[in-house]
Amino acid sequence: MSHPAKASEFLQDAAKAKWHDETLWFVRDKRDTISKTIPEWEELRELASQIKDNVLANLYEYLVQFEEKATANGIQVHWAKDAEEHNQIVLSILQKHQCKAIVKSKSILTEECHLNPFLENSGVEVVDTDLGERIVQFLNQPPSHIVLPAIHLKKRDISELFHEKLHTEKGNEDPAYLTHAARLHLREKFLGAKVAITGVNFGVAETGEFVVCTNEGNADMGVHLADVHIACMGIEKIIPRRKDLGVFLRLLARSATGQPITNYNSHFRSPAQGKEIHIVLVDNGRTDQLAREKFKNSLKCIRCGACMNTCPIYRRSGGYSYGSVVPGPIGSILSPGLDLKKHSSLPFASTLCGSCTDVCPVKINIHEQLYEWRQEITKAQGTNAKSISMKIANGIFAVPFAYKITGAMMRGALKILPDSITYSGLNTWGKQRDLPETPKETFKDWYKKNRS
Amino acid sequence: MSGRENILAKIKAIPRESRLLPEIPAFEFPMDHKVAFMLSIQANKGEVITESELKDFIAINRFEKILNLAKGMESLSTQPLPSDAHELNELEVAIIQGQFGVAENGAIWLTDENLGLRALPFITEHLVIVLEEKSLVSNMHEAYQRIGDQPSGFGLFIAGPSKTADIEQSLVIGAHGAKSLRVVLR
Amino acid sequence: MIQNKNIALFIPCYVDQFYPNVAIATLELLEKLGCQVSYPIGQTCCGQPMANTGYERDTVGTTKHFVEIFGDYDYIVAPSGSCVLHIKDHAPAIAGMEKEQESLHNKIFELTEFLTDVLKVENLKGSFPHKVGYHASCHGQRGLRLGSSSERNEPFFSKAKQLLDQIEGLEWVELTRTDECCGFGGTFAVTEEALSVQMGKDRLQDHLTHGVEILTGGDMSCIMHLEGIAKRNQQTLKFMHIAEILNQAIS
Repeated sequence: MSHPAKASEFLQDAAKAKWHDETLWFVRDKRDTISKTIPEWEELRELASQIKDNVLANLYEYLVQFEEKATANGIQVHWAKDAEEHNQIVLSILQKHQCKAIVKSKSILTEECHLNPFLENSGVEVVDTDLGERIVQFLNQPPSHIVLPAIHLKKRDISELFHEKLHTEKGNEDPAYLTHAARLHLREKFLGAKVAITGVNFGVAETGEFVVCTNEGNADMGVHLADVHIACMGIEKIIPRRKDLGVFLRLLARSATGQPITNYNSHFRSPAQGKEIHIVLVDNGRTDQLAREKFKNSLKCIRCGACMNTCPIYRRSGGYSYGSVVPGPIGSILSPGLDLKKHSSLPFASTLCGSCTDVCPVKINIHEQLYEWRQEITKAQGTNAKSISMKIANGIFAVPFAYKITGAMMRGALKILPDSITYSGLNTWGKQRDLPETPKETFKDWYKKNRS
Repeated sequence: MSGRENILAKIKAIPRESRLLPEIPAFEFPMDHKVAFMLSIQANKGEVITESELKDFIAINRFEKILNLAKGMESLSTQPLPSDAHELNELEVAIIQGQFGVAENGAIWLTDENLGLRALPFITEHLVIVLEEKSLVSNMHEAYQRIGDQPSGFGLFIAGPSKTADIEQSLVIGAHGAKSLRVVLR
Repeated sequence: MIQNKNIALFIPCYVDQFYPNVAIATLELLEKLGCQVSYPIGQTCCGQPMANTGYERDTVGTTKHFVEIFGDYDYIVAPSGSCVLHIKDHAPAIAGMEKEQESLHNKIFELTEFLTDVLKVENLKGSFPHKVGYHASCHGQRGLRLGSSSERNEPFFSKAKQLLDQIEGLEWVELTRTDECCGFGGTFAVTEEALSVQMGKDRLQDHLTHGVEILTGGDMSCIMHLEGIAKRNQQTLKFMHIAEILNQAIS
């Protein structure tokens, strides 16, 4: 299903859709409020953007430096060119330690690599330990938001789920009660796991350390109790210097949830005595994106999710409407680079309102890239395309003003398109909207009569 | 070709432009450090308390499993640091010495040297961090200046208790880690 | 002196076709403010609908035509942020016309910014005793920066408010979501019909909740969409382009 179909499905439950919109707006509002307490906010965004530009221009050197430092610190560094290699590397570490059950904290990268089903097929039990991620894992769903994985669910849904899975009281929907039940359940898992997997927020080239940020403390609970810590990191997560963390940690949580900093910000530099740390550096399409001049700076993303919270489309269509691992505006400029055909409707799931660009803490020009992807998609589909570009072309003529557009280009397009397509869209406009009344004369006619 | 060579070769093949790494200026912080720090901790759902309030907290709750690693609070300890962190699962209170605090967000810097075991501040039911008032810095830029090239194997900013809002965005304290954070500012 | 300048009126194609009164109001308003304005008859669509749909490359013809039609004027003014933004940001570069295009980009203005930044209008005399809600079109708001963006940490400004505040009796109504998109989005209005309408309904509700009598804005495309939904649902809001309000108030 394309984005429009899934979006209209989401809107069917009007009350829930309204709640979803208002809840995420509330998060954006908190972000607005806290960002306005920092006089240098816009300067910080500019700094973060410049640091990331520097990273993308010197990625080779920084990766090599990071590897060298990390290795010297006793961390084992692995490289994976794609999802398959990444998954194999993780599995081989687990096999070496004869590990059949792991705990994993939030990592969008492992979602992208579909690590969970891969490991489960290899007989490894994977427990996602972020509360929201555990909830969606119970439901066999992916996260619907990169920071708030279960934002599409209501507490009633979670109460029923926990009653079934964790034997909580039937009908008890108290979030504190449900969270406590998950705490007890996951505490057992933490205590039993020999290997813990985490994502990475930032890798520091200068020191070879990496930083993981959580509010729940689940990443740390996992890794400090396990013997082996595997950190999965996209190659774009590198930053040059330790002091750059000052800029990014000031922006990240404020942009994500409107809090001044995440409650736990762990800097891993070398393993504790008798333990192991592995880092898997993953490409999986990132170098391809880096080679695309117009789209490379999408790699500056620090995964705060602010563009989702602010997006009027995301708020009213939900994460699943995008059908991509990373939903929302940033996902819509990353995903076409991974699979243009599959994600061809995403760059069109936007009004190009530009709110995502203005909210982005690293100043990615998201809405401009959405525009550019549209140009690429129509090129890739050619003139005989039957899929999305046709629907879009249909749309052009359906907007009531547009079909009257004059000029050679429109006449050209009109020749290609059959009448049924050209005019059927008018019905779509008129389904829930009145058409403007047709005036007795155009401005051009009026002007000729009155001014010339 | 190995993953490493493959990735590095692909990056090398991409034409690049020079983009300078910016210097990070020192940003002024208008508030009194102590006032700002206390407000930050409260906002993060922690508490700033005195030493005698800490003693009351322990007495009122009749805590028996207490592990202290902070200077000058040795008498509060009821157990030594075990060699395996799993043995801390029943721990009620951990008292740790913080290195410095950050006024703008309440974050407190700790490293291996303060933690004994890295799991300690997470696995304990209640966390107490002892902090010298004169150690407060203004913001994260000053914080990293202060950390400098400190070579610790593990470093950590803690700014509050374990929390989540994953169920309908309702804030719940005590997700997996410590259910409370108390900071003894002295 | 503005009196000696040749000013061209750029009227978006759909305004020409469906909203001639908005174009007339723009023309009359500029004339009242002492401008010499002419409307180049040969103008056509600027190409925005095609470009935003992914066919920017097919708008070379319209862009060339636009430069030829408007290139010689001192200023080009349009009652639309969206079309002006298209000319500035998305009209493709035409080989051999780079200079003309660059100069064009510096002399094309959306109506309110022309009034505040070029004419420096500070003392409009007129009355319009109504509660007015302003819909900031995204292309004007974040594209042309006609107002401070709610996402950014910057001092408040709004070129529209700067003008409307000069009108006696006009009450500017504060909204809850000051600059959220209305959901028009060009072809988005049809390809994502359900979402588009929901976004429009939510915008209308914000204005209604705050007691707005007349909803205004700088882009008729947003207003066409919002008015279409309001009419269908028998909502009593009135809709006017900001040029119509200003022109009516100072007459």
